[in-house]
Amino acid sequence: MRQSHNSGTVKEPLFHITKRAAIPWWQSWLIRIASVLAALIVCAVITILATKQNPLEMYATMFRGAVGNARRVWSLFQNLAMLLCVSLAVTPAFKMRFWNIGAEGQVMMGGLASAMCMILLGNVLPEWLLLTVIVAAGIIAGAVWAVIPAIFKASFNTNETLFTLMMNYIAIQLVSYFVLQFSVPKGSGHIGEIPTGWLPTIFGQPYLLNIVVVAVLTVGMYIYLKYSKHGYEIAVVGESEKTARYIGINVKKVIIRTMLLSGALCGLAGVLLVSGTDHTLASTTAGGRGFTAIMVSWLAKFNPLYMILTSFLIVFLEKGAIEIATVFDLNSSFASIITGIIIFFIIGSEFFINYSLKFRHAAGEAKS
Amino acid sequence: MNTVPAIELKNITKVFGSIVANKNVCLTANRGEILSILGENGSGKTTLMNMISGIYYPDEGHIFIDGKETVIRSPKDAFEHKIGMIHQHFKLVDVFSAAENIVLGLKDETFNMAAAVKRVREISSRYGFEINPNKKVYEMSVSEKQTVEIIKVLYRGADILILDEPTAVLTPQETEKLFAVLLRMKADGKSIIIITHKLHEVLSVSDRVSVLRKGEYIGTVQTAETSEAELTEMMVGRKVDLNIERSEPKNPVDRLAVSHISCIDREGTKLLDDISFTARSGEILGIAGIAGSGQRELLEAIAGLQHLSEGEILYFDPATGKTENLRDKTPLQIRDLGVRLSFVPEDRLGMGLVGNMDIIDNMMLRSYREGRSAFLRRSEPKTLAEDIINQLEVVTPSASTPVRRLSGGNVQKVLVGREIAASPTVLMAAYPVRGLDINSSYMIYNLLNKQKENGVAVIFVGEDLDVLVELCDRILVIGSGRITGVVDGRDTTKEEIGLLMTKSRYDN
Repeated sequence: MRQSHNSGTVKEPLFHITKRAAIPWWQSWLIRIASVLAALIVCAVITILATKQNPLEMYATMFRGAVGNARRVWSLFQNLAMLLCVSLAVTPAFKMRFWNIGAEGQVMMGGLASAMCMILLGNVLPEWLLLTVIVAAGIIAGAVWAVIPAIFKASFNTNETLFTLMMNYIAIQLVSYFVLQFSVPKGSGHIGEIPTGWLPTIFGQPYLLNIVVVAVLTVGMYIYLKYSKHGYEIAVVGESEKTARYIGINVKKVIIRTMLLSGALCGLAGVLLVSGTDHTLASTTAGGRGFTAIMVSWLAKFNPLYMILTSFLIVFLEKGAIEIATVFDLNSSFASIITGIIIFFIIGSEFFINYSLKFRHAAGEAKS
Repeated sequence: MNTVPAIELKNITKVFGSIVANKNVCLTANRGEILSILGENGSGKTTLMNMISGIYYPDEGHIFIDGKETVIRSPKDAFEHKIGMIHQHFKLVDVFSAAENIVLGLKDETFNMAAAVKRVREISSRYGFEINPNKKVYEMSVSEKQTVEIIKVLYRGADILILDEPTAVLTPQETEKLFAVLLRMKADGKSIIIITHKLHEVLSVSDRVSVLRKGEYIGTVQTAETSEAELTEMMVGRKVDLNIERSEPKNPVDRLAVSHISCIDREGTKLLDDISFTARSGEILGIAGIAGSGQRELLEAIAGLQHLSEGEILYFDPATGKTENLRDKTPLQIRDLGVRLSFVPEDRLGMGLVGNMDIIDNMMLRSYREGRSAFLRRSEPKTLAEDIINQLEVVTPSASTPVRRLSGGNVQKVLVGREIAASPTVLMAAYPVRGLDINSSYMIYNLLNKQKENGVAVIFVGEDLDVLVELCDRILVIGSGRITGVVDGRDTTKEEIGLLMTKSRYDN
């Protein structure tokens, strides 16, 4: 009989990955907070290596940039509200596993519709009617832009990701065309401030209306998804279309209805931007929120209340990063690098919440 | 004779999250031996074998091959140690021939199909396989595909063969053939490990049996010295009564008449071909057939989920005495007609339930539309969920646990419980005990029997012929979407059903 083995030749891998059991909520938040701290440390090292600046001072600047004075705080909340609004809009679609990548275009169409009403009907209709028409037109435009891919998906099972993505480019080109048409002075490529059809302000605060509207929407969306029959149907269709058919849900109807809602909210975001705060229209009005919203919604696991946190985080980082770039006279790419690293760590922390690493057994420990 | 075991496992442990799949498992398999690994579903058999074949890596423990400690990090490592695994779900390229599939992925060989075909023939004649090396996989029966998988690992020189539930998809006749081949391989000095939960197979083919229960190693016995009762006790942990009571149907009346239905898929293949039968109240009608012979389509057609090209489905309402035609009605329309049809589909978490929702929300699937309010009412589903948990002994932390976290048996109890709670007049169940442990299986049989005694027309699609013969009053056998026979459950044998199952396949 041969002697058994020579343990020196046996190579165990350094570590392997195992799935974790469910962990308590506080532990998962500890991991998330630790990931932010780790991100800040990595950013600090990179800052020192790349710019020779003091990283602590840089973080302080970042903080000041985001919430340094009252104006900045208002601006932060305005940006937070607008990002949150678009995030809320894409969430029902995402819960249904309908990948609406077209929020950018839907916001633009909403903005375009309301801008056109402001320009063309500004001196024609009485104020209250004008505002009603503006809001309605914006919402309808967004909804129409969203429902076109939904109808194709429901009838021919087209790929909604590509379809909604392409609809963005059409929307942006349409806006560019009309901006040129309406530009003041003619041909300048800028519309400038449109004098009529401004949404009212609350307490003289230009951003407060938007913030209040979005706050109401957030609560409404939370209730809609969690407690309404529609929300339940959305969840069932998203989890399994087969189950939905099995219990007799009309899947086509749910897809179209949900995308109408998604697009309508995007359209509303466009109205709030154009008629509420900017009072003008440009091809940059949506400002990439349609895409950032995807991240906000995913990071919050499609929970509208968590989305307040995730959109705050992203807006805060963006504002802070811009300030760093100006104060330290750095290329704006550096700010993007910092933002990127922090978001990377936060997303990466989800891995450590779900999995743990098992390292090689200490020598002698595994002997039996 | 070499006394060193071909493969030896020592204290293998593997953990997935909070689930311990294997705990300190020790096993040995010798050359020229057939070893059965017996255990209920979820007892960790497949996980254990996946660690030998390099798919998982053990958290703790050691593997010895020919007495030498070995680390198997990948399926490639496993092949180098001459270990080959035949998985339950085949991994073949449909448009390739048998021989092409067999040589696929081999690197160090000059590409010579003729030589490969020749070697495949050699292996076949040596062990008694019946295979045409040039036949395309999509033209093959399940049994032929399995043969290709076995030759594939033999071609790569495997000495240790692991077969995961090899008979699950075979008819009794095909199983006999497979066992004959395995015995020849054993005579050739190969080590063969069969994963199974079917006792009579264990007794007929293996030399030794190792039993796992809930991830733990219970023991190994010589097949010649054991009995079905002893093995069951080892597997379940206590004595189990394996009898199903079958009562006589009480004044059966026609409840559902399926007449000449056919349906075709997108390519124009007939999935159902001129099927007619009647289901009666107070009776269990069994449906037997090789997997994929049209069972699913048949039940889905009745449930309003499958478009029919021909035929009618008539429902005789016991309350009103009216006759309704269910053809081309949606599930909602069928319900609105007052037809109380319950359906336990084969795909529990993909169709019958929503895995990520909790038990309460899954209870609502059938009833959430009730009432005019735009909002959900969770109080009644909650009561129902708690009743089912209590009455059917569902093991769950609470009613608000996502059903995907439950074990297979408990998932099925939730689903069957919900469907029975709708007090059906027709109850259809497709493979309701697949993947369930013995206790849960018998609980489901009892529930079906109770429904039958309450006058429900029960339609039961099963795969275990022993159970079909014991449980059902009548058995409908289908093959390739056609009825190949109707037999009386009280005076048929599983061999007779087995023959009927394969009949039409060779006729056309």
